[in-house]
Amino acid sequence: MERITAIKGELQVKIEPIDTVYLDKVLEQNMQDPENLIMILQDVSAKYNYLPREVLNYVVERLNVSMSLIYSAATFYKAFSLKPRGKYIINVCLGTACHVRGAEKIKESLEERLNIHEGETTENLKFTLETVRCLGCCALGPVITVNETSYGGLDRGKALKIIEKYEDEA
Amino acid sequence: MSKLQSQKNYEVLREQFKKERDPERLVVSLCAGSGCGASGTKEVMKALEKEVLKNGLKGKVEIKATGCHGFCEQGPIVVIYPEGIFYPKVKPEDIPEIVAKTIVNGEVIENKLYKDPLSKKRISKGKDIPFYRQQLRIVFGNNGLIDPNNIDDYISMDGYSALVKALFTMSPEEVISAIKESGLRGRGGGGFPTGIKWETCRKAHGDIRYVMCNADEGDPGAYMDRSLLEGNSHSVLEGMIIGAYAIGSNQGFVYVRNEYPLAVKNLGIGIKQAEEYGLLGKNILGSGFDFTVKISRGGGAFVCGESTALMRSLEGKVGRPRAKYVHTVDKGYRESPSALNNVETWANVPIIINNGPEWYASLGTEKSKGTKVFSLVGKVRNTGLVEVPMGTSLRTIIYDIGGGIPKKKKFKAVQTGGPSGGCIPEDFLDLPVDYERLAEVGSIMGSGGMIVMDQDNCMVDLARYFVDFLKNESCGQCTPCREGITQMSEILTDICEGNGKEGDIELLEELATMIKRFSLCGLGKTAPNSVLTTILYFREEYEAHIRDKKCPAGVCKALFHYEVDEELCNGCHLCALKCPQEAVTGEKKEPHHIDQDKCIKCSICYEACKFDAILIK
Repeated sequence: MERITAIKGELQVKIEPIDTVYLDKVLEQNMQDPENLIMILQDVSAKYNYLPREVLNYVVERLNVSMSLIYSAATFYKAFSLKPRGKYIINVCLGTACHVRGAEKIKESLEERLNIHEGETTENLKFTLETVRCLGCCALGPVITVNETSYGGLDRGKALKIIEKYEDEA
Repeated sequence: MSKLQSQKNYEVLREQFKKERDPERLVVSLCAGSGCGASGTKEVMKALEKEVLKNGLKGKVEIKATGCHGFCEQGPIVVIYPEGIFYPKVKPEDIPEIVAKTIVNGEVIENKLYKDPLSKKRISKGKDIPFYRQQLRIVFGNNGLIDPNNIDDYISMDGYSALVKALFTMSPEEVISAIKESGLRGRGGGGFPTGIKWETCRKAHGDIRYVMCNADEGDPGAYMDRSLLEGNSHSVLEGMIIGAYAIGSNQGFVYVRNEYPLAVKNLGIGIKQAEEYGLLGKNILGSGFDFTVKISRGGGAFVCGESTALMRSLEGKVGRPRAKYVHTVDKGYRESPSALNNVETWANVPIIINNGPEWYASLGTEKSKGTKVFSLVGKVRNTGLVEVPMGTSLRTIIYDIGGGIPKKKKFKAVQTGGPSGGCIPEDFLDLPVDYERLAEVGSIMGSGGMIVMDQDNCMVDLARYFVDFLKNESCGQCTPCREGITQMSEILTDICEGNGKEGDIELLEELATMIKRFSLCGLGKTAPNSVLTTILYFREEYEAHIRDKKCPAGVCKALFHYEVDEELCNGCHLCALKCPQEAVTGEKKEPHHIDQDKCIKCSICYEACKFDAILIK
């Protein structure tokens, strides 16, 4: 019981307006088929940066599935978050090739700079720091991505400079 | 474009495309794969388009954004055909000179050419560069030549001719025997004979059959599947259609990682274009055979690369594997017979059909035929994708193609097969790489990841890294995997943090044996490989961590410190300038000193020192 309240607590951080036009389009593209649940959740995530409770309620209703099914998928797959994430999602690649070239050090310096740990979001909802096991740019390690843009051949200094660029943006 | 209705239609179109593409025409091929993309291809492309326009070359030179050329270290790569002049690491500001000299005048710009790090010679043509010269690129070769978003390019290079051959001149059974005779084995790691898989699936009981492409390339350090899907998705699609025809399936899926946005995009375009030509969909080329392909994007779970988990995930469920006493070829997706093959396996199929199984079987070793694409990464000079015949030695791959270890460091080990594979030490460098030989030394082929490590890599740390990875990726339903890997991770973390105890190595070995025997799926069964091989070949490193509380490679922070060798230090002051903690002090031209209380062991000084005066103690 305690666990459920805790989860609810996390989910109620931010009340999202439900964009039914967008959601209906997503559901339609996926033929309202529960078999396409993962892709539906990906599209929800692409819009909101996370999976807001209100939106999931809507998906439950439209797909006619149980919330537990959605919750199991949402917590199993790494791509999903039940907590709001930042405007810029930084992914530090910790794939083997990046690891042997010092990706850990890049992660540490970003943690220090943003004052958050892996998996956390800055208070101003600007940055979320995540790690990923391989982005497939192994020849250029260490690599990070900020949203969809990849940056390769990094060291501490270069990584911090990239973050500065985003910090300066509104 | 109207749909092609017959073999004849296809052949007419192909000849037209061939004619339109004079092999002597000027083509600038620019790599637009994810690797070069991260190095700045977009800006180079813009500069190139602008410069071509400025020089009035529009219509006279074709600019082609291609898939990955494989030599990612040197990206962004520009190759100018017909000569094949190869310019590495091109920046937007290099473009005006390249256009003015090479494209307009046909001059080669000497100082922009690739410089071989060993011979120090400049090399003008891609095919003469040692990295490419010793490869046999039958699967990957077209990647740098075709525009992945233009099916006409693929068709002009005889693309889809294998499909035509299969549909109109071969029975499904004949296709299966050709694949069986070729000796093709699964490139995703298992190495199961593809033809036998197809045959079993064809004969399995059921009305509906599915074919699937496993593009959930979760193995950290391998990216050949991404590059193939980005650069030549049609070769994969063509393989799938042929496979579907052979098996008797009308519906296919590609399960691809969502972390590969460009691969998803290019594959989507590929499917759409193939449908427009009638190469996919109903009544393909008027043959009466129907086949459609759907893309399913994964949610980022390593375990979903396992066949049964992948099929659960395709059904929209949590990707937990099941026991395989009933095989997926009998009961897979929606409980129907399903044939799942890896991206690279599918891409091999059209090559076999076109060239014949005998030709294919002439490549490789006794039990491993054809070529294999490896992603050669880590501490090696030429990183990138390497395609060689099976049976090529590790030494050839790492030294002749890879150019050896940079910065005069010493080779320590090569890790093959990703988290499920093992580390292979120097003694086995002459090992011919095939499925059997790798298994003999305790590793696996896997999907072809090949991570080279040098003296600065700690093998205990590496084992901890892989075990940690698998701890996070274990689906958690079977106890040996969930609890066993967690225990191994705790022991390894203790060892790396200086809390290792006598008996830890033996305990790790015991746990490893248990996990291997009793885990449900391949993830658990192979999870201990990295621990077992590092103990087998680098036991002394484990012992140094446990007994002497030292990390000889200088990776595990609790177990080493940096010191300045006063004799070697000439006081250049570079380390002091770079140190973020101001822990290095000293007068210029005098030996420096490191304040151990301030030092955070970030290794910046160690890497900066040009005189090897910073020592790991």
